[in-house]
Amino acid sequence: MRLSVNGRAHEVEPRPGQCLRTLLRELGWFGVKKGCDAGDCGACTVHLDGRAVHSCVTPAFRAEGLAVTTLEGLADTVPGEGLHPIQQAFLAAQGFQCGFCTAGMLMTAATLDQGQKAELPAALKGNLCRCTGYRAIADAIQGIAAVEPDRPGAAAGRSLPAPAGPGIVTGRARYTMDVAPEGELAGLLHMKLLRSPHPHARVLSIDTAAALALPGVVAVLTHEDAPRRLFSTARHHHPTDDADDTRVLDPVLRHIGQRVAAVVAVSEAAAEAGRDALRVEYEILPAVFDPEAAMRPGAALVHGDKTQASRIADPARNMAAELHGHVGDVEAGFAQAEVIHEATYESQRVQHAHLETHGCIGWRDAGGRLNIRSSTQTPFLTRDALAALYDLPREDVRVVAERVGGGFGGKQEMLTEDIVALAVMKTGRPVKLEFTRAEQFAASTSRHPMKVTLKIGATREGRLTAISMRMLLNTGAYGNHASGVLFHGSGECIALYRCPNKKVDGYSVYTHSLPSGAFRGYGLSQTNFAVESAMDELAHRLGIDPFEFRRLNVVVPGDTMVSTSEEKHDVEMGSYGLDQCLDAVEAALARPAPVNLSDDWLVGRGVAAAMIDTIPPRGHVAQTRLTLTPQGRYELRTGTAEFGNGTTTVHVQIAATLLGARVDQIDMRQSDTAHVAHDTGAYGSTGTVVAGEATRRAAEALAGAIRMAAAVRLDVLPEACRIEADSVVAGSGRVALADLAPLEATGDADGSPRSVAFNVQGFEVAVHRRYGEIRILRSVHGADAGTVINPMQCRGQVEGGVAQAIGAALYERLIMDEQGAVSNPSFRGYHIPAFADVPRTVVFFAATHDSVGPLGAKSMSESPYNPVAAALANAIFDATGVRLRRTPFMADELYALLPDQLARDAAE
Amino acid sequence: MDLNAVTAVLRPRGREELPQERAGDAWLGGGTWLFSEPQPALRRLIDLSSLGWNPLRADAQGLCIAATCTIVNLYSFEPPAHWRAASLIAECCRSFLASFKIWSMATVGGNVCLALPAGPMISLCAALDGECVVWTPEGGERREKVIDFVRGPRETTLAPGEVLRAIQLPAAALLRRAAFRRASLTPLGRSGVLLIGTLDEEGFALTVTASTRHPVRLDFPALPGRQALAERLAGAIPEDLYYDDVHGAPDWRRHMTGLLAEEIREELAEADA
Repeated sequence: MRLSVNGRAHEVEPRPGQCLRTLLRELGWFGVKKGCDAGDCGACTVHLDGRAVHSCVTPAFRAEGLAVTTLEGLADTVPGEGLHPIQQAFLAAQGFQCGFCTAGMLMTAATLDQGQKAELPAALKGNLCRCTGYRAIADAIQGIAAVEPDRPGAAAGRSLPAPAGPGIVTGRARYTMDVAPEGELAGLLHMKLLRSPHPHARVLSIDTAAALALPGVVAVLTHEDAPRRLFSTARHHHPTDDADDTRVLDPVLRHIGQRVAAVVAVSEAAAEAGRDALRVEYEILPAVFDPEAAMRPGAALVHGDKTQASRIADPARNMAAELHGHVGDVEAGFAQAEVIHEATYESQRVQHAHLETHGCIGWRDAGGRLNIRSSTQTPFLTRDALAALYDLPREDVRVVAERVGGGFGGKQEMLTEDIVALAVMKTGRPVKLEFTRAEQFAASTSRHPMKVTLKIGATREGRLTAISMRMLLNTGAYGNHASGVLFHGSGECIALYRCPNKKVDGYSVYTHSLPSGAFRGYGLSQTNFAVESAMDELAHRLGIDPFEFRRLNVVVPGDTMVSTSEEKHDVEMGSYGLDQCLDAVEAALARPAPVNLSDDWLVGRGVAAAMIDTIPPRGHVAQTRLTLTPQGRYELRTGTAEFGNGTTTVHVQIAATLLGARVDQIDMRQSDTAHVAHDTGAYGSTGTVVAGEATRRAAEALAGAIRMAAAVRLDVLPEACRIEADSVVAGSGRVALADLAPLEATGDADGSPRSVAFNVQGFEVAVHRRYGEIRILRSVHGADAGTVINPMQCRGQVEGGVAQAIGAALYERLIMDEQGAVSNPSFRGYHIPAFADVPRTVVFFAATHDSVGPLGAKSMSESPYNPVAAALANAIFDATGVRLRRTPFMADELYALLPDQLARDAAE
Repeated sequence: MDLNAVTAVLRPRGREELPQERAGDAWLGGGTWLFSEPQPALRRLIDLSSLGWNPLRADAQGLCIAATCTIVNLYSFEPPAHWRAASLIAECCRSFLASFKIWSMATVGGNVCLALPAGPMISLCAALDGECVVWTPEGGERREKVIDFVRGPRETTLAPGEVLRAIQLPAAALLRRAAFRRASLTPLGRSGVLLIGTLDEEGFALTVTASTRHPVRLDFPALPGRQALAERLAGAIPEDLYYDDVHGAPDWRRHMTGLLAEEIREELAEADA
């Protein structure tokens, strides 16, 4: 059939069941993204004869004779040169972060009429964004700009646009899968995974004959092909932080969804057919799903076969990791207390739901080196892990992340690269594995479900006397991040408070269910929910205002920050803006309510605070190489990956500031193991504070070298030289930068010492007294990010974090059936916040300057997420008198607890 | 997504070209549901859009909606002013979880045949006395009320080889006054409860959808009192008929059904007064 795409005629023969999305991508139009492949997220939106459709649910044959427009062709649909107005608007408002949903967002927005623009919650029902919280998208569509102009040498502190912006709004930015099977990728094979139907089973046999006999099937990988070496999918600076309990393919299956075998074929369809033709015999083994039950003697063991070499706390008790720590004497502290509150708070299993699913493409280059192009936050650590797993020299493995479509911790994990590497080595051909959205939900990782029991004592005046916390984590079938999340979760939530007696007992427990992993907040979102809810409950019992109660007890400058150990650590209070955050949120909530609601609505306010170390403990390294080129431009190479966190912009701003440059003089290349020596990775909120520090050091060194070289040329002292954009000036002398090239400098950062950042979230909510419906009337967030290097982007991080956390607090939940299978593996069953679900959050930045972070900056990407659930619970309590201690808070549970319903029940 | 097991698409131009039904066949309406989930059992798609059915016909009999009429076609329909209940068309279209982009592909017949409790075209057609026109494989035709056609989640009375041709909304139903209520666990989310009340001299009808496994219709000779309505609801809908899925717990659906039914009764009573 014939169709035209962006004005170009194509003669194609689509497969009978093919959708338009894959047809367009096969034709090389990579501006058409796969977010869900089910018509829910809108990332694949294109125009068919001018009409916006979801190309993933449009049968390809129906495009016959029609004109298709993808993002790549949008600019040509309007007269004149340059971009379509909506593309310009998205650049001006920076209506994106990772940019993966942006193609669909733009293609949808371009078709909206005035009426639809006035009703964006309805008009954008079919477009999901996981990063922004939608405010910047609304601004873009309504023509509100946010970006500021650049000034040489004064980039830091300005809302400069992301360098990738033009590529994102035109569809040219390449994400992991946006490469054609040409050149080194010619002959690309596709992988599909057979996944375990049983929560605990042993593979007795796998009959591959029928699969291998199918046309197009090239290879089947089973546990017999896989190395026997155990590893962890979790990626950390120290590989020994995580238990080695995982095999690439294991004959023992420990959760529904675990890989059983992989089929590699010439097409996805052939790989699917091959997968479905595999015949596997299983021996079913007993399974355990509840972490309390898993700890009891006699429970089915998840890793009973493991030795000490795996570094599992106690495989005989299903204990992946365990923590016991205390300071002072909590029993004495509770004895002194005049009021004691104790309760258990539960956080559910949620999914990252980044719009780009996990996936990678592997191949051998002409030199024989194994290349992996992956959607990862940790290219260097993944490179190291692959080298270790397959006994390869590090230099024989290259991992590159070009642009990552969202991460949120989910990509601090090696979930696809190991098996693709195996397939490349087995077949000698390039191989691609791309998770479906269902696999993303049901067979990747999730936040750790956590049950936190908190006991807090205080004097009648409101001074804390003792805090004791018991944490129970369901780490699932594998121990990736079991220990890290446990330890991190036990830290800052209680270190935030001055209290002489503290105790934490924590258990990260194996069960036969989906592995939990790294997730934004890394344990703190769950413990913060418990601590900040408990603080609110205690405040109410004491009759003290929740803001005042916090002011009475939070750490202040001069305090040592202690959780459960008085051992010396490298965290210092490089700056302190918590007081400003509390004041700002309190003042904003005290203003008169913005809307008048009928008597059916109960209104209340709530607050929660949070603290976070700006860098993970025990080392996090980054390196930046800065080169002055003969063209008078700078090339900045750094390891850290960009996944929507905006660090690319920040690096360029830091370098430009120190180099007296315009940001457009700097070309940034990143997240490629071929570029720099090492980088721990873009996790733990380190993109600015560690990698940015490396860039600061490199820029400072290069600026010094430039002044030195200029001084020689101009015959003056280096101190007399000033870099002014393209040249160096000293008095009346001037030399062009290009004439000083090449010069190079390297900066290294090791992630120590560390500082602390603060967040305070306030909500005003209304709860319908009969429906149980919860409406957020106001959302206010105070953030202490030190000196904010890019206010527009930092605001976006806060808004996005709050929005994602609203999802976890009100809507999201992975539902497991009685066998531990995820029963809602789609966006239709797992509701992430859409435009209509997210309030505008007013963001306040504390005026602080950090003595530790680069140019006074602190981290601000995970932390805005953490205080949201408790602030909502506290607001709901204030409104209704009902205390919710289990997320998500939903109308179908809340209604029954409301006073109206209780009265009704009593009457009946 | 790609339906990789599908090996053929048939595009019949008329009824005589409809193929003999065989295992692995599926009627293709808009495709917005078929292409949203893996369909490993399907081998042939039989495209109904190639039959060229006139999407909408309004006349003295009422409104005849072809099964292949898209949601956007229906939404854009401008009814005669005296069809007071036609306001429900827009309300029900807006009740889709899906956006306007899906509306231009998805069909009314597809939504009815999918038979999901939250299917808003089921709500619309059941509340307006809709009658399904079904082509039988021998070349005949049968008619059945929408309320009976939809039997439960993903279940209709459609027999192998049968195809839904159209839904006829009688003019009398379109003349009635109507009230609409909907509840969802998220602001513009999938319906957990969708109730429609209609009223004329012949009586009052309450149609309960989304909260129950299949649509339930309660007919009253006239607008009942609060108590009578509550009692009828309690009697007509046993506990296990309330649907249980991620879009709402059954007890909440029952609770909301009671509240919203009463709101509908009050709204129609006020307008009546």
